[in-house]
Amino acid sequence: MVNALNVELRTTAMPSLVMTERENDTVVAADASGSFTLSEVSVAYGRDLVIEGVDMYVAPRSVTALIGPSGCGKSTLLRCLNRMNDELGNVKVGGRITLDGQDIMGRDTDPVELRMRVGQVFQRPNPFPMSIYDNVAYGPRTQGIRKHSELDDLVEDSLRRSALYEEVKKNLKKHAFELSGGQQQRLCIARALATMPEVLLMDEPASALDPISTQQIEDTIAELKSSVTIVIVTHNMQQAARISDQTAFMLRESMEEPAHLIEMSETKKIFTNPDDKRTESYITGRFG
Amino acid sequence: MAISTDTKRGRALGRTASRRATEVVVRALVFACGWLAIVILAAIAVFLLTNGLRSIDEVGLGTMLTGTSWYPTSNNAQFGFLPLILGSLFVTGVALVVSVPVGVGAAVYLSEFAGRGFKEVAKSVVEFMAAVPSVVYGLIGVAVLIPWVRTTFQLDSGMTALTGGIVLGVMSIPTVLSISEDALHAVPESLRQASLALGNTRWQTTYKVVVPAASSGIFAAVMLGLGRAIGETMAVLMLTGNAAVMPTGVFESVRTMTGTIAAEMGEVVRKGLHYSALFSVGLVLFAMTFAINLAADLVLERQRKRWRR
Amino acid sequence: MNRVQRARFAEKVAKTVLGLMAVIVLVTAAAVFIYIVSKGYRAISWEFLTTRPLKLGREGGIGPAIGGTLWLVSLTAFFTLPIGILAGVYLSEYAPRNMLTRSIRLAITNMAGVPSIVYGLFGLAMFVMLANFKVSALSGALTLACMTLPVVITVTEEALRQVPQDLRHASLALGSTKWRTIRKVVLPASMPGIVTGSILGLARAAGETAPILFTAAVFMSPQLPRSPLDRVMALPYHIYAEVTSVPNWSENLIWGTALVLVAGISIVSVAAGVWRSIQRRKIRW
Repeated sequence: MVNALNVELRTTAMPSLVMTERENDTVVAADASGSFTLSEVSVAYGRDLVIEGVDMYVAPRSVTALIGPSGCGKSTLLRCLNRMNDELGNVKVGGRITLDGQDIMGRDTDPVELRMRVGQVFQRPNPFPMSIYDNVAYGPRTQGIRKHSELDDLVEDSLRRSALYEEVKKNLKKHAFELSGGQQQRLCIARALATMPEVLLMDEPASALDPISTQQIEDTIAELKSSVTIVIVTHNMQQAARISDQTAFMLRESMEEPAHLIEMSETKKIFTNPDDKRTESYITGRFG
Repeated sequence: MAISTDTKRGRALGRTASRRATEVVVRALVFACGWLAIVILAAIAVFLLTNGLRSIDEVGLGTMLTGTSWYPTSNNAQFGFLPLILGSLFVTGVALVVSVPVGVGAAVYLSEFAGRGFKEVAKSVVEFMAAVPSVVYGLIGVAVLIPWVRTTFQLDSGMTALTGGIVLGVMSIPTVLSISEDALHAVPESLRQASLALGNTRWQTTYKVVVPAASSGIFAAVMLGLGRAIGETMAVLMLTGNAAVMPTGVFESVRTMTGTIAAEMGEVVRKGLHYSALFSVGLVLFAMTFAINLAADLVLERQRKRWRR
Repeated sequence: MNRVQRARFAEKVAKTVLGLMAVIVLVTAAAVFIYIVSKGYRAISWEFLTTRPLKLGREGGIGPAIGGTLWLVSLTAFFTLPIGILAGVYLSEYAPRNMLTRSIRLAITNMAGVPSIVYGLFGLAMFVMLANFKVSALSGALTLACMTLPVVITVTEEALRQVPQDLRHASLALGSTKWRTIRKVVLPASMPGIVTGSILGLARAAGETAPILFTAAVFMSPQLPRSPLDRVMALPYHIYAEVTSVPNWSENLIWGTALVLVAGISIVSVAAGVWRSIQRRKIRW
């Protein structure tokens, strides 16, 4: 039902010719977009190899959780997926990453275009110092959307999808800093959704929030997964178990060697019957 | 849904070329502005040198730097900088005697002993002092200090190195005070705690631990105050009497380097020898302040590194 | 006296002496303030502020000098703000960590220490003579712009560095280019700091005499300049010229001029500071 609502709202935001084509393509296209394939991915900070040989498949329209002890490179791996590592300088990424079959690490892939397709939500809520409306409209405006009606629809749609709309609809001109921490984080999710990405990367999105806000974020994620692929880094294993379809466990066994992907499979299997001893130790709390 | 993303991407792709072009142009512009500071600083040095070249050629830099008489307009013109350099040093010396004890002392008090309210008030007051233009300080000196110096020391004229120096000292207090206070403020609180916990009083902590730890910053503050005083123009021009003779004491009229340039540049023949000599004075002044500021910079830089963890 | 008593006594003495130094500073500043106000307030009238000087400034007003100073400051802002802000952006957002950047920083701090009269010489050689702008508001403003540049650059860089890195990443992750991120997020967020700091720098420039001595200033001019290539009267130069070259200068009017100058600088600076703290309350990281 939520999906239907989304489709409808999205099409109202688009020019009318989209309407006619929609019925034919939607289903097929929806299945094919937003899948990541990683092969032999490694990351180095300067000369320091921190991640090595990660192979991974992220299915479209699913929630994938990255878990592991802190410092195991989960966030770094996440940032490979929208090439945000480019912005940190001194970070080199090797191997091959494709989004729907297209190589995203090549020289001819513009990271700016990639990031329009792969959104990110950060650890701490980081709304821009402007109104709620302007925050959400920021991405679409970047893409050159100027028409008020179009922006209005996108803003409302995105805020609905992040389950914030009902709380703020009376005053979208309010400064984003006046929202509570949990609301700010949902605003950041709405902001990322407004560019209509196929994938949403979340880097411990609830770690700075109270339990109630965390619950709301988790509900939001559950509803979103019917329309976008979600890759989430989390410290909280209960959270991973609750919200994800697949779980990937990463581990850096000592500071001298890089982190590896230890095991990745269906969440249920990881938490009940993992293949690897180390995974079992981690989820039963023996280290990390 | 896929279509909507496609349209979106089409739109974004269409903009790629112009976006990249903008980025390149902006980058070039930003880099150019960033490097401009070096260009201007170099240009200042080059212009002083090229305009001073005639006097360096005809009189000689050594002759000018060691010459003891400055008679730029007589038939047998003499361009000795020594009276001017000494004049600047005399005035600056007096200024330091005023500004260093008061500035550093007040900074220590504000940083180590004063309450928050007093500190806030003092900060705005110091900002006000720094904002008063030098010509206004000069005016106050003319109205108050010149008569005071004349009657107190029973001189024929109140226009002396002392008069200019006192006003200059007051003018450099904000520089000395605020930079010293920054240096003291940068000393980690844990150092003070450690000393107090050993049974030292606040004052013992201050002179045994805090001030030594901030000493390089305080030194830089004094250097910058010195640089500011040497380069000050209007107040000294209005207060020191501008007699271009070799000074022997602070109760005499002196003429500083800055005052000479300001007073004479308006009346010289453009591109003439006198004009050129004034640029050479400017060059000497520039070199002196540059060296002082560079030294202060390096000291401050080292101090910043020290407390960074 | 035992050791502890001695230490307590020393503390008392030190505190008194140091406190005295602080009090000297406060009293001096207060004296300066009170002196300027008490000597100058009688001259202030609408007529004084708007009419032109008569009899070499012994009578009449300072209208053209106020106007000239405003001209100079506006032109200075026109040149120094865009360049200074972009240079600050360079240092905070683009500059690599290398020797070149270090020397740029060094150049900026050193520019701030170059004596104002040396800027005057530079302006004379560069703008008045080489660029042939003659002695004019334009030459004076360009000279003052060089002088205020380090202030604008420094405050811009500091303000930009206050903006959390996360905000830049959020914008980049939405598919914005670096420049759009700076223009739409980073610069607006740091505007209070940049504007206020720049205004303080420009207010100081308004009080400078030495840089405009041979680049812009004229002793008497009956009206405002009609173009940037005209010479201008200016408040600080007016005070200097009256005191040093007009016999029997009018104390009343010159102190009035000083009051106008100091009050103008102070009011603008205080207003800028207040505005910044109001803005800061809105944006708290």
